[in-house]
Amino acid sequence: MRGLAILSLMAALVALPAMGSEGIVAGMSQNRVSITASFDGSEILIYGAVKRDAPAPEGPMEVIITVEGPATPVTIRKKDRRAGIWVNTESVEVDAAPSFYAVATTGPLRSILTETEDLRHRISLPRVIRAVGAATEAGDPADFIEAMQRIRLNEGRYRVLQGGVEFTEQTLFRSDIVLPSNLTEGEYRVRIFLTREGRVVDAQDRVIGVRKEGLERFLFNLSREQPWAYGILSLVLAAFAGWAASAGFRLIRP
Amino acid sequence: MQLYLPIAEVSVNAFLLLGLGGIVGFLSGMFGVGGGFLITPLLFFIGVPPAVAVATGANQVVASSVSGVLAQLRRKAVDFRMGTVLLIGGFAGSGVGIWVFQWMTRLGQVDLFVQLSYVLFLGLIGAMMLQESLRSWFRAQKGGPVRRSHVHTWVHGLPLKMKFRASGLYISVLPPLAVGALVGFLAAIMGVGGGFVMVPAMIYLLGMPTKVVVGTSLFQIIFVTAFTTFMHAVTSQTVDILLALLLIIGGVIGAQVGTTVGVRLKAEQLRILLALLVLAVSVKIALDLLIRPGELYSVMPGVLP
Repeated sequence: MRGLAILSLMAALVALPAMGSEGIVAGMSQNRVSITASFDGSEILIYGAVKRDAPAPEGPMEVIITVEGPATPVTIRKKDRRAGIWVNTESVEVDAAPSFYAVATTGPLRSILTETEDLRHRISLPRVIRAVGAATEAGDPADFIEAMQRIRLNEGRYRVLQGGVEFTEQTLFRSDIVLPSNLTEGEYRVRIFLTREGRVVDAQDRVIGVRKEGLERFLFNLSREQPWAYGILSLVLAAFAGWAASAGFRLIRP
Repeated sequence: MQLYLPIAEVSVNAFLLLGLGGIVGFLSGMFGVGGGFLITPLLFFIGVPPAVAVATGANQVVASSVSGVLAQLRRKAVDFRMGTVLLIGGFAGSGVGIWVFQWMTRLGQVDLFVQLSYVLFLGLIGAMMLQESLRSWFRAQKGGPVRRSHVHTWVHGLPLKMKFRASGLYISVLPPLAVGALVGFLAAIMGVGGGFVMVPAMIYLLGMPTKVVVGTSLFQIIFVTAFTTFMHAVTSQTVDILLALLLIIGGVIGAQVGTTVGVRLKAEQLRILLALLVLAVSVKIALDLLIRPGELYSVMPGVLP
């Protein structure tokens, strides 16, 4: 029995170099984010080291860190001029586009990652978005997808942080990823890649849970589970506030 | 102070929301308009998703209208009988409006339809009001004979007459029912309370004295917007109660101040100001339609129905 275990361990060790003898040891400053009433974005520190069994091979090693928010359906619409006025004409519906995506690297993505590896692991922004299925109603959905990428980059929902990973002595790495205040609830997938000459040497997956807490949780659940009660509560609140202001002002100015 | 809104899922400045609510409440108390046509675009502007902005805006209008009606009630400037008749017409009209809205949605041109009706109705009403109120203002300044508040026309020959004591009118219920229906129809299509259509219609079509118009319009708006809020909360779950609360706190205070200011102004001045406001919104929407937008594409969460 024991011999068998040792044998399989040895087999694993022999197999290791083929996958690359360098591995990731990583940690995160937090693995859950609570959205409370005072939530105003959050900063996540992702750090770690490269574990080596042998001296590092020639050539520099690079690190890529991605954070991907839960995917949601999205409609992209385009305005066009009809009879002198600008109106929405064509639209493209995307089944699932990430609500947040950040990719931080030690260098320019194009030079530290080959096209094939990008295609396989879906790391760069165009690859992530292209991977989502788009229901085509318009002539060329590619234009629409590109527009979404541009708009969301401007909004800060999508981020490309070139040089956003600090890499010391080819061993220690760290990156601060800022999560914006308009977060969608759900699981945020963190991926860490080590690359050498454009090839992925090792990869690791982590998950950050983003969840509403306290009052936010209560109100959100109420609105979904008891919409009637929620609707009545909104109206009672409005009527009461209207009356209270009126009564209050009568006291001040009779 | 930043505050995260649970339904809208954005973080916004709490004082900014209080201020927005205050401005809209002020206008609401002064003119008797709900302010829905102002609050919704303002909320878009600070990053609240459109669906949440429309539904929550309606909730805020409920509060400022209650506050405004109570203030008007002290001056005995609410005609409940007229308000009820308008409301009955209103519900009928909004039923038809919702049906037309769904029909336009199926055709895929609902955006254009909504924007064009905004430009058309706001522009028409604004221009008419401005012209009329300026004329009566100049006449009042010259000290000439003041025109009677209402003139006898064919409207007064219709059957089913009813006494509206607070308005000092003895007219058929048919014109108020028709006005209510028209406003309800527009409200359902344009997603607003309809005060800006209701107020001029009451003054010019029904010949109601300006004094009771504001209170009566607000009375009617309470029910229309309460209905809208509730429908949104139940069907699309887009009412953000925290956002509404902040807008409401600003709004109810603004409405009280607005009512006080409105009482001090002359009726003509009030109408000129409302006309200018309505025209400004109309011109803004018209420009949006005519000028080439900087970004042709727009991204909306969710899939279109």
